[in-house]
Amino acid sequence: MTDGPQAGVIEAPLVKPKVGREDWVMRAGLAVIGVYLLVAVVFPLYTILSKSFQDERGTFIGLDNYAEYFATPALFYSINNSLTVSVISMVITVGLAFGYAYGLTRSCMPGKGVFKAIALIPILAPSLLPAISLRYLFGAQGMIKGLLMGETIYGPIGIVIGEVFWTFPHALLIIFTALSLSDARLYEAAEALGASKLRTFFTVTLPGAKYGLISACFVVFTLVITDFGVPKVIGGGYNVLAVDIYKQVVGQRNFQMGAVVGLVLLAPALLAFIADRMIQGKQVALLSARAVPYEPRPDRRFDLAMLAFCGTVAFIIIGILAVAQFAALVKFWPYNLSLVLDSYQFDLMDGGSWGAFWNSLKMAAWTAVIGTAVIFTGAYLVEKSKGFEHGRGLIQLMCMIPLAVPGIVLGLAYIFFFNALGNPLGFIYHTLIILVLCTITHFYTVSHLTATTALKQMDAEFEAVSSSLKVPFYRTFVRVTVPVCMPAILDISIYLFVNAMTTVSAVIFLYSADTQLASVAVLNMDDAGDTAPAAAMGMMIVYTSATVRLLHFLLTRGIARRTQAWRKR
Amino acid sequence: MNEARAPYLKVENVTKKFGDFAAIKDICLEVFESEFVCFLGPSGCGKTTLLRAIAGLDIQTSGRIEQAGRDISNLPPTERDFGIVFQSYALFPNLTVFKNVAYGLENRKMAKADITARVDELLQLVGMPDQGPKYPAQLSGGQQQRVALARALATSPGLLLLDEPLSALDAKVRLRLRHEIKELQRQLGVTTIMVTHDQEEALTMADRIVVMNEGVIDQVGTPLEIYRRPASPFVADFIGAMNFLSAVAGGDGTVRLHGVELSAIEGTDGLDEGTAVTLCLRPEDIVTRAVESGAPNAFEATVADLEFLGSFYRASLTAKGVENTRFQADFSVNLVRDLGIEVGKTLTVAFPADRIRVFAGT
Ligand SMILES: Nc1ncnc2c1ncn2[C@@H]1O[C@H](COP(=O)(O)OP(=O)(O)OP(=O)(O)O)[C@@H](O)[C@H]1O
Ligand SMILES: [Mg+2]
Repeated sequence: MTDGPQAGVIEAPLVKPKVGREDWVMRAGLAVIGVYLLVAVVFPLYTILSKSFQDERGTFIGLDNYAEYFATPALFYSINNSLTVSVISMVITVGLAFGYAYGLTRSCMPGKGVFKAIALIPILAPSLLPAISLRYLFGAQGMIKGLLMGETIYGPIGIVIGEVFWTFPHALLIIFTALSLSDARLYEAAEALGASKLRTFFTVTLPGAKYGLISACFVVFTLVITDFGVPKVIGGGYNVLAVDIYKQVVGQRNFQMGAVVGLVLLAPALLAFIADRMIQGKQVALLSARAVPYEPRPDRRFDLAMLAFCGTVAFIIIGILAVAQFAALVKFWPYNLSLVLDSYQFDLMDGGSWGAFWNSLKMAAWTAVIGTAVIFTGAYLVEKSKGFEHGRGLIQLMCMIPLAVPGIVLGLAYIFFFNALGNPLGFIYHTLIILVLCTITHFYTVSHLTATTALKQMDAEFEAVSSSLKVPFYRTFVRVTVPVCMPAILDISIYLFVNAMTTVSAVIFLYSADTQLASVAVLNMDDAGDTAPAAAMGMMIVYTSATVRLLHFLLTRGIARRTQAWRKR
Repeated sequence: MNEARAPYLKVENVTKKFGDFAAIKDICLEVFESEFVCFLGPSGCGKTTLLRAIAGLDIQTSGRIEQAGRDISNLPPTERDFGIVFQSYALFPNLTVFKNVAYGLENRKMAKADITARVDELLQLVGMPDQGPKYPAQLSGGQQQRVALARALATSPGLLLLDEPLSALDAKVRLRLRHEIKELQRQLGVTTIMVTHDQEEALTMADRIVVMNEGVIDQVGTPLEIYRRPASPFVADFIGAMNFLSAVAGGDGTVRLHGVELSAIEGTDGLDEGTAVTLCLRPEDIVTRAVESGAPNAFEATVADLEFLGSFYRASLTAKGVENTRFQADFSVNLVRDLGIEVGKTLTVAFPADRIRVFAGT
């Protein structure tokens, strides 16, 4: 007995729960996911951070690299440039996407399904592709360069147009969802109160879509500032951060400065990410369970106006793609317009080959299969295991980091980490494995969130019931959890596949002669002046992604048909 | 009543903390073989927490639990012997009713034919033969509940745990299932613990009720004991309708209710004269038919309000000359007609001594 304030109070002995076989399995699973995330996310990022404080021989030099960076106007001007094009693209994209989504949700214009499908096409293309099209449209011998009235496309104008094309579907999806979730009863109330259409728009529509709009802004901003494809092709002398990293590393072999620029680029991406998270946290479910979905009423003038607007946007999207396809088939633009398949002889081009295309397919397939398995299982363990609050919280945090890390920074971090002397995992450097690993990591967060959402919708007591029946949790995972979550699992795998096909930034530093990828080939052929083959390869990626999407659609519909007996009442 | 037998389930000093907050504190409880026990209490009082500790789903912070003579305090749920039914039923949506019920059997290396026979038997038992090939989503709520019950019983567990199994159902189905579950439990003789916050459910189904409040047990007893002799004002208030009247102890087992002197038997021992007390009496226990003035515990009261509640009237009364004592009495329709009871009428009412409960304090 001590004389402390608690003297005399005998604490009852604590019960130490026995750790059963299943607990060990679960713990082992969590440990594996934890280690995976450490290796795939945390260690590489730590390495790039420490590299930025070292000289080329690896000696610690404090902030010298940063001092040099900010003393070199050619470098730090890029910050301003990056922010400028990002903000401009953000405003234009979100504005256009809002108008487009408004037409899709609030008007009775015909062909909504087609319009929505067209708007999503850019997701299937690498960001390099619109930039290549822009060359054909507005370059020195461009088809419609007169529209620029003497301005050059190589620079901010080209970057913004390319980025708007490429980020449009991302913004549209978010805003479309936000607008679809509105409650018709609010509109009826506004009408009953005699509010004008304009007033209703500002008091009902906009507030309802507020969080969607904010979220779309952050997403577009981050996509643009971290994108490397568009400015690489069409940026000309207008330097932006993502391209600077590439130039430092590939052009000047100055890895330390590459790391510094990478961290400078990480800052705005991270800020946007944190701000978005905070705002999303504030968002409460505006939609009550009994909300009545809004049904637009025909209004001839309004519907025609929306049709004209959406038609124009859709025409531009199709047009940009058509130009790329046309460029790929033309014998010699603009002098010989006969259509031939010469540009598809990738094996004859500098920096491209059909092998790259097959590599991409292989890489995307592995990314989809392994990534989905790892991410879904990981999300399951974090969501459904018991105890280890801190450990699980940490894993959850590690799952969120990749969303804030630009692909090109991640790729650079992977060089530093996996190419370091003495790293036992060094053998994966220059193999397909590192490409798959990096791509999974790059797209981890969104997939993880999709999985978590699906898991949260399942009855929380499945695991309890199965343990009461003495059925190990992993059996229930296979027999119940996976089948019930199959739609989400397919969504994750298609998301990973398409992104693995189109990504450039995450893999640009990591491929080798044997593991060259289609998207990288687009970049290299374009660099080497083989623009038409680059466009051809870019379109191959689009067709592949589109085919896989179509397969996914058919598969999902098949599953929905087969399981409708138990999915919906 | 069961003192002679050794308890089947023994809960000793069980405490469960979430951080610093103790959801249940030092709970001691014995449950006997084949008994039907209900945990009853308001929302958040710790019923589910205690049930989950018994199941091993959320193991207690301290304390001991023994089942069938075996210390199970620290065992994971897979090493305990129980079946459980949740409010949400937690039926596996992608498996048919048959597969759901067979789920626990398939893991036991039973022959296929035996499994089929057992599942058929169980579906028969819960009144759902021929529903095997359906999916849960194709069943009504009540049917889903029956399937969940069959699944929990499939492996013949020694202990059946039910967490608010009926609260997601509509009133009619609830009444019927109440009956069916009780009948099934009697038939199988399986020791059962059911969590509920519905007093009527507890009173009609349980052999014994455990009334919980803010993480502790207030009273354990048969439904009649709980109803007749609530051990605390909380229990008195929680179950059934109850009049609470401030009074003063008068010594010798008497209580003074303002001007009226009442002899009250229960709970007055050891109370000094002049102690403030609370007097509890159920409205239906107040009598007025054939009560002479001057009879024990009788006094005059005026009807201030009369509310018709279908099968009876609830009258608000004030003791004559004492404006601020208001209490309620239930009078049958017959009685009201026979005595011509109406607002403003003065009646002679009596508080039967054996129905009065007295608690110290106000
Ligand atoms: N996982 C948890 N973490 C923190 N507090 C908890 C947790 N689970 C329960 N509690 C708290 O413990 C108390 C008892 O909860 P419990 O679920 O046992 O109540 P209950 O009696 O079953 O109530 P109800 O009738 O609402 O189901 C509540 O105050 C609750 O907020
Ligand atoms: Mg509960």
